Amino acid sequence: MDLFETDPAPSNGPEFTVSELSGAVKKVIEGEFGLVRVRGEVGRLSRPASGHLYFALKDDKASLDAVSWKGQVARMQVRPEEGMEVIATGRMTTFPGQSKYQLIVEDVVPAGAGALMAMLEKRRVALSAEGLFDQTRKKPIPYLPEVIGVVTSPSGAVIRDILHRLADRFPRHVLIWPVAVQGQACAAEVAAAIRGFNAIEPGGNVRRPDVIIVARGGGSLEDLWGFNEEIVVRAAAASNIPLISAVGHETDTTLIDYAADLRAPTPTAAAELAVPVRLELLATNEALGARLIRSVVMGLGRRAERLRDLGRALPRPESLVQGPGQRLDLWSGKLGSALGLGVARKRGVFESRAGVLRPQTLLNLIERRRQGLERTNETMAARLARRMDSSKAGLDKWASRLAPALSRLVNDAVRRGVEGRIKLGDLSARMDSAPAKRLAELDRRLEALDRTRLTLGYAETLKRGYAVVRGQGVVLTNRAAAETAQSLEIEFHDGRVTLGLAASTLVSTGGAGTGAVKHPKTPSGPGQGSLF
Amino acid sequence: MNDKPVAEMSFEEAMLALEGVVGQLERGDVALEQSIALYERGAALKAHCAGKLKDAEAKVELIRVQEGRAIGTTPAEGM
Repeated sequence: MDLFETDPAPSNGPEFTVSELSGAVKKVIEGEFGLVRVRGEVGRLSRPASGHLYFALKDDKASLDAVSWKGQVARMQVRPEEGMEVIATGRMTTFPGQSKYQLIVEDVVPAGAGALMAMLEKRRVALSAEGLFDQTRKKPIPYLPEVIGVVTSPSGAVIRDILHRLADRFPRHVLIWPVAVQGQACAAEVAAAIRGFNAIEPGGNVRRPDVIIVARGGGSLEDLWGFNEEIVVRAAAASNIPLISAVGHETDTTLIDYAADLRAPTPTAAAELAVPVRLELLATNEALGARLIRSVVMGLGRRAERLRDLGRALPRPESLVQGPGQRLDLWSGKLGSALGLGVARKRGVFESRAGVLRPQTLLNLIERRRQGLERTNETMAARLARRMDSSKAGLDKWASRLAPALSRLVNDAVRRGVEGRIKLGDLSARMDSAPAKRLAELDRRLEALDRTRLTLGYAETLKRGYAVVRGQGVVLTNRAAAETAQSLEIEFHDGRVTLGLAASTLVSTGGAGTGAVKHPKTPSGPGQGSLF
Repeated sequence: MNDKPVAEMSFEEAMLALEGVVGQLERGDVALEQSIALYERGAALKAHCAGKLKDAEAKVELIRVQEGRAIGTTPAEGM
């Protein structure tokens, strides 16, 4: 507007109608993006009765409206779904009626897990690792809060649902902290509201809530996205006031649900979790009051009854005394006569005993004992004699058996002696003859062996005409030895002859033995010729 | 037994204490003097609970916010 005011000069440019310009834009866009492929996450999906499919393709910065006509949807292999990462093929067009541009999608192909979901999961894991979702951090929700703080949009069904349910169960003081529940401002406002409730000091002009409900109705992942933001999760985790989260429907789970002390599936359920049912409590309280009174009354009644029972069981004092009194009277009446009677009886006993006690009684007793002693004495003498007789008879019997036994023993011994002597003679005879026989046999074997020896010896050979030649006592067995010998000695069977340089001497050795013959040494001479 | 003064108890504490008192009396194993004291305490607890339950006025207010702080409330109309 400023532009026109400061520079009112008309432009030279052509003047379009809205339709003309929209048409021109449409032409440019359709011409430029005849057929495109777009990767993005499917969101805000809706399919009205017309059968066309409306949705958005988005990434973390931008969103692109998309539509598939009924016929195109029917041909698709895969239908787009919320949160699905897809590659959509189509052409761009505009919708001049609403100044919108959009993609007419002919086909979609899934492109892996939703990027937003992946991001959400990554954030959840990171915050969980910090311990923000630990069970140990969870605070108990008060049983009957006086003041309830609600963080939500002041307009819309959610707050009405909560207030209605609270009114049904237990009307309470509700403080609404108004916030945007979707869009850019959502996360910051919700976080600020949670912190703001916690910042209220008790006793100020605004009452501090006993419990906080953070609520929002159902919506797409994108709609609820603010409740996944870290700033909201941290504010919920840091809240000192117990916090109930109720974001989306039962199937929607946002990160604030993990950080809250209690998660309600819906806003209505959050109201149910926040307060008990007043009427039930009233009934319970009344019932307890009634039981209190009844128990006390019954306790008193029981005690009174017990007291009466015990009182009945207690006997009358007169009845306690009557019996004993009567017995006393009875016995005290008998006392005087009983004494006299007792003395008389004792005296009677005494007298009867004393009357017996006289000297003659003692003497009688002594006499009786003496007679008894004498009788015993006689009896004992007779018994001794009998015992001796019987012993003697026994002894005689043994003695008579002793003599024959002795003579039997002697006879036996004599007989054995005779037998022994005969055996001894026999044995000694055998002993004498045995060595003599042995010697004669050995003698015979010696002679036989000697004969054998003589047969094998050379002396017998000599008898058959052989002779043994020795030179200086050594037997000579060849000519060479004989030629070198200084003297020769020839042995015949009947004696030896010595030949040598000296005159030959016949030395008779007498006998054919091998005994050495002494002969003079002869000096050695020249060889053969001197032999004979 | 909870010795906290009854007036300072929360509703839940008072209700639990009352249940305890009634249970004790119903078992009938307390001395007479003690049972009287228990009854009196039970009666006080019951009155306290009844008071908390009676105090059930619905009041809905919108927080007025200034610089992130609650500075006051405005009655919420038509809810």
